[in-house]
Amino acid sequence: MEQQDLPLAIVRGENYTEKPNDLYIPEDALEIHLDAFEGPLDLLLYLIKKQKFDIADLPIAPISIQYFRYIEQLEQQDIDLSSDYLVMAATLAHIKSRLLLPKPAIEEDEEDPRAELVRRLQEYQRIKHASEVMESLPREERDFFVSAVINEHVEPRAFEEVSLNELVVAFQKILKKQAAFEHHHIQREAIATHDKIEYLLLILTNENKPMPLNELFNVEEGRQGAVVTFLAVLELLKLQKINCLEYNGILEVSLI
Amino acid sequence: MSEHIKGLVEAILFSHSQPLSSQKLKQLLSENIGIAVSSQQIKLAINQLVNDYDGRGVNLISVANGYRFQTANRFKDELTSLHQEKSTKISPAMMETLATIAYKQPITRSEIEEIRGVALSSYIIKTLSERQWIKVIGHREVPGRPAIYGTTKIFLSYFGLQSLKQLPEVMPISHSTVEVEDINIKETEA
Repeated sequence: MEQQDLPLAIVRGENYTEKPNDLYIPEDALEIHLDAFEGPLDLLLYLIKKQKFDIADLPIAPISIQYFRYIEQLEQQDIDLSSDYLVMAATLAHIKSRLLLPKPAIEEDEEDPRAELVRRLQEYQRIKHASEVMESLPREERDFFVSAVINEHVEPRAFEEVSLNELVVAFQKILKKQAAFEHHHIQREAIATHDKIEYLLLILTNENKPMPLNELFNVEEGRQGAVVTFLAVLELLKLQKINCLEYNGILEVSLI
Repeated sequence: MSEHIKGLVEAILFSHSQPLSSQKLKQLLSENIGIAVSSQQIKLAINQLVNDYDGRGVNLISVANGYRFQTANRFKDELTSLHQEKSTKISPAMMETLATIAYKQPITRSEIEEIRGVALSSYIIKTLSERQWIKVIGHREVPGRPAIYGTTKIFLSYFGLQSLKQLPEVMPISHSTVEVEDINIKETEA
């Protein structure tokens, strides 16, 4: 009796005794370069393709093991992993734990925990493919060049129209440049709002009758003093410590 | 007369820094130069020029925002070696982002991140905006009013395309993509 060959590999339950003709194992098959991947979805797609898994029927356990192994490997190489990779690790662990939980018989129509990830992988795969096709499209400056006429000896007369956004961007650059030359000054607050509040309460208590609003302001304190006084009045109004009423066209402030 | 118009159209297209549509050409001829021409005459002149240049080293090509002269694709290798410093590489991350916007527009930043599974660097959005391949076409009316992005005619022209419908058919283009294009066209007309 002829002895049957031991299967070389078992792929989705089927025995394979011969190597596929197009099998190619690069020397650094286990070495992985983070730069080569555009993110966790890209890495997952690579792992799925490498293992010849079917995306639609994603075997979570083996793919998670591989994913975690790679992540560990990368961390050992002191590669600063972006958090996106860790989020995906958590997602895989979450899906796996949901698959392990016994399903309550009632909720039969519950979605496959893998469905969302499968949908995202398929979506990403399409975008990745689209971007590869776009990369191969003939494009300016690489596959063709457009006529570029420069009138060197003519003074420009017509100016390009400038959008508001461009003006704002230009101004922001100027401000930024200017800021680089400025020293940082720490200034004492000359007139403190809480002091002003105390002062206002004091004079209103002393007067013991409604006072015209403008008399609360001290002209000598200048613009800053006026602003602080006004803030103090607003604060007192909010705290319902004072009242402000109009009398013969004059705003009068009184204690409540 | 028609030979004169044809030559004039050729000269204007050649010396102009941006592609020109036939309407724009008609406008330039009648308003700026003072030659009354019909749209028919312009189109005829353009068609003849396109035929004349067919097979030459320089072709007259129709792209999203009009007609322009460009070098024939078959000389790309020779020309690239001349223009080496100018040739700009598009990184895979940037191309993926651009593809996501092109096929899924109108789209917000977080939706791009969701599809690609990675945080989108500000650098990519900035570069794509600076190249004028994408632009903010509105805001989604949800909390935070995130900006929604779409591709521009300059993007299409850069890839030698006339409309989004000419994008390679690798997946269905989102329903609203064609509407976005209509919006863009209306904007430029206005």
